[in-house]
Amino acid sequence: MTTKGKLALLAAGVSFLAVGSAQAVEIEYWQYVFDSRVKAMDQLIANFEKANPDITVKQTTFPYADYQTRVVAAKVAGQGPDVLQLFYGWTDQFVNGGLIQPLDPAVFPHEEIEKDFFPIVSAMKRGDDYYGLPTAVRSLALFYNKAIFEEAGIEPPQNLEELLAAAEATTQRDGGGNITRAGITLDMGGQDHHWWREVLVRQNGGEPYDAEGNVAYNDEAGAAALKFYTGLQTEHKVGLAGFMDEGQAAFRAGMAAMTIDGTFRLGAFADNPFEWGVVELPADANGMRSNYSSYFANAIGATAQGEELEAAQKFLTYITSPEAMQIWLDVVGELPARRDVALTEENLADPILSPFLKGLEYAHTTQFYDEAGQRQTAIDMVNRVLLEGQSVEESLDQAAKAEQAIIDSGRQ
Amino acid sequence: MATANATPLPAPDRFWDRLSIGTKRVIWAWTFLALPVVFYAVIRFYPTFQAFWLSLTNWDLLRPAQFIGLGNYQKMFADPIFWKVFQNTFLYLIIGTPVSLLISFVIAFYLDRVRVLHGFIRALYFLPFLTTAAAMGWVWRWFYQPVPIGVLNGILGWMGLPQQPFLRSVDQALISVLVPAIWAGLGFQIIIFMAGLRAIPNTFYEAARIDGLGEWAILRKITIPLLKPTTVFLVVFSSIGFLRIFDQVYNMTTNDPGGPLNSTKPLVLMIYQTAFSSYQMGYAAAQTVVLFTILLIVSLLQLYVLREKK
Amino acid sequence: MTATTPSSTELAANSRNIRPGRIIAWTLLLIGGLIMVTPLLYMFSTSLKTSGQVYDLRLIPAAPTLDNYVKVLGDGRFMQWFFNSTFIALTVTASNVFFDSLVGYTLAKFRFRGRYFIFLAILSTLMIPTEMLVIPWYLMSSQFGWLNSYWGIMFPGMMTAFGTFLMKQFFEGVPDDFLEAARVDGLNEFTIWWKIAMPMVVPAISALAIFTFLGNWTAFFWPLIVTTSKELYTLPVGISSFSAEASIQWELIMTGAAIGTIPTLIVFLVLQRFIVRGVMLAGLKG
Repeated sequence: MTTKGKLALLAAGVSFLAVGSAQAVEIEYWQYVFDSRVKAMDQLIANFEKANPDITVKQTTFPYADYQTRVVAAKVAGQGPDVLQLFYGWTDQFVNGGLIQPLDPAVFPHEEIEKDFFPIVSAMKRGDDYYGLPTAVRSLALFYNKAIFEEAGIEPPQNLEELLAAAEATTQRDGGGNITRAGITLDMGGQDHHWWREVLVRQNGGEPYDAEGNVAYNDEAGAAALKFYTGLQTEHKVGLAGFMDEGQAAFRAGMAAMTIDGTFRLGAFADNPFEWGVVELPADANGMRSNYSSYFANAIGATAQGEELEAAQKFLTYITSPEAMQIWLDVVGELPARRDVALTEENLADPILSPFLKGLEYAHTTQFYDEAGQRQTAIDMVNRVLLEGQSVEESLDQAAKAEQAIIDSGRQ
Repeated sequence: MATANATPLPAPDRFWDRLSIGTKRVIWAWTFLALPVVFYAVIRFYPTFQAFWLSLTNWDLLRPAQFIGLGNYQKMFADPIFWKVFQNTFLYLIIGTPVSLLISFVIAFYLDRVRVLHGFIRALYFLPFLTTAAAMGWVWRWFYQPVPIGVLNGILGWMGLPQQPFLRSVDQALISVLVPAIWAGLGFQIIIFMAGLRAIPNTFYEAARIDGLGEWAILRKITIPLLKPTTVFLVVFSSIGFLRIFDQVYNMTTNDPGGPLNSTKPLVLMIYQTAFSSYQMGYAAAQTVVLFTILLIVSLLQLYVLREKK
Repeated sequence: MTATTPSSTELAANSRNIRPGRIIAWTLLLIGGLIMVTPLLYMFSTSLKTSGQVYDLRLIPAAPTLDNYVKVLGDGRFMQWFFNSTFIALTVTASNVFFDSLVGYTLAKFRFRGRYFIFLAILSTLMIPTEMLVIPWYLMSSQFGWLNSYWGIMFPGMMTAFGTFLMKQFFEGVPDDFLEAARVDGLNEFTIWWKIAMPMVVPAISALAIFTFLGNWTAFFWPLIVTTSKELYTLPVGISSFSAEASIQWELIMTGAAIGTIPTLIVFLVLQRFIVRGVMLAGLKG
């Protein structure tokens, strides 16, 4: 054999070795612990690995409360995940902290994203770049206890006026006037702050934030929305903040006729010992509806590069594919983020899913800078009115300033 | 182990044998202390200085720490929430300490004379001390619920009294959080008071009785003055405990930590949130320096009170 | 019994006379004691109720059931947390008994230059609150990879100034003659400490052990910070996270709290005298 031949053999061997090492690409996927989500992801990973035998995906999970801290700590230690899940409201913190990298438009073309996904995906866009894509999205709806409604002989409410009437008809009080069964739950720490911000403010003719993302609810519309919300307790006495500790607990125990909650609660309510139904969030007097939608997106970690980056892109493509979304819907119960996967005839005919899906059509997504901090300002705003007797206008003003301060410091 | 017996052993041992007894003992002492000295230096002193240093930086886990002088302190002292928290922390102290000491002294004073079922009654008071604050926070949280589920409101309703909001009130929430903390510490204080009472020699009482002092006078002139070391110890011990309250608040207010409207938030919870929810490590370090200063003052006051007595 | 007028002789501890004042005081003490344990009784009672009966505030459950315990213990998480807490509390206690005694003994019984300085240095750490150290400890743990490990939970408490001070106080009461006699017999210093001095302060050791164990068993703040995976939670952190995730199902929350309380109560009932004496001792000398 000639030297050339030997060299060729050697080259073949080297390239064979190179292929061998490529087969060993392992990427890490992080999300927070939630049984059904972990199970769904296991299934997606198995499918993905079957289709891509040269890539293995390792799933790592952390408790929700520690999740952000863990991502940050891992970055400090220089060993972050390749693909990770994040709440869309954390995007600023994650981008500013250098935890995630922009998606390559060659692999994830913008026109396709904007055509196929629900418009709320734009919350993942910073400047000209998308920083992540969701598998599933969530929206809100009104849950009602069918047994209580039948007993009161009423139908689920379609607008705010009917909501009030239904709440009044279903509230029970003891001799001292204390609520023993609430018409509707009041829980600003749950989903109510979204209801107030993106739905009630708009239905009263306002906008929660202006085009630049600054607080814009400090006006008559905001005051009217806050007055309506707190009036449920102070004026109509059909609910009590803190009743049964949490709104979902009151509904689940059959101690509240109605509650506003999201798709993610479907699983927990599945074994409620009574029948319940879901309707769209009530419209205003003119029939105008709004909703709040949110999602966890999947992003690519800042440390991924080379063949790991390539593998991460492949994996992200798969877990945001129509097939993955259908699996996610079946296992977790969350709504697909792609329009054509979500709005199928079958889904729209489903009495539980359809109110949520309809809500997606007109949903808004709050551009959070610090989700927990901004939620706290809403909790405090309502507490000042309910517990300290502060006027609606003053409390609203104070909340607007506090939230604007959070937004300002988040932009730095 | 080296022994003093002169069996033929290799050189190091002969070297050891040549040392004087005093030198040997000094070597032994430092051998015993070696690991502890390293421990205290690395796990206690170094972190203390580091905390002071971090309080002068803007470290936030993501970016390397940068020196910003007293910026964190300026920010803290300008923050109305810090002052609210500061006030809460002292409320826990100035309500918790006297109330718990008064109750535990009265109980100890009477329990000390009880013979019938003494051990049983003492156990009843002592049991809460053995519980876990994190678990009991949830039990008390349930107690404070509005009707139809809360036990306390259930009892109030049964007695025909108006319902109380407890944890859902800016006025009552702090007290409501404090009660479980007092409850859990009472058993310890009672036991210590009883030990202090027993340490007072009987001859003092006998002498007082011969002098014809009444029970009240004996209590005032003999028991209370002689109990001073015990009382000072308990005052300091429980003051530090109330100034560092955390477990109860954290568990009783999980869906609005330190709320409503920050009315229950103590300094330690603020530190926790600043450091481990917002990752503002430098700012949190500045808050820990404030806590350190408060505790230092309390401890120094104790030393001062004790010295005066001698 | 004859009626008596209140007099100063009431103070006599061995008086066997029964007076109305005493009966009232005794009754009030008993009632107070029962009120003290009411939260615990309600906790147990509710842990035996079904979710539908939680609203029934009677203390004795209508149809007691252990279903909640089966549900809560079923997935083994509580057993894991129980094991973690026990292991950690025992290890830290053993370390404190060993090192605090050794250092206390050295400071009490050895004369050498720097002794007073070391003593003051250790004592001064009593003034440093844990809360001030957690941020540096967290940094240290993340650099050394101690986050989420047994060692990470344990390392800050392996020695304490309180225990050292307590043991020094007690070792000072041990007569030097005994130690000298042992030296004459040719025992080395370590053996003298371990075999001669330690047995003479057993009450102090048990007091230290009880305090350290209890303190670590109920510790919440640092374990909450340093652990992030459920497998490594200690019982208090586990109970807290379990309760927060139980969606306010009180019967399950009470069951979790009861599971965390039962072991300590059993230990207390068995060792009551011992524990009370230990607490008294530590309180008086410390």
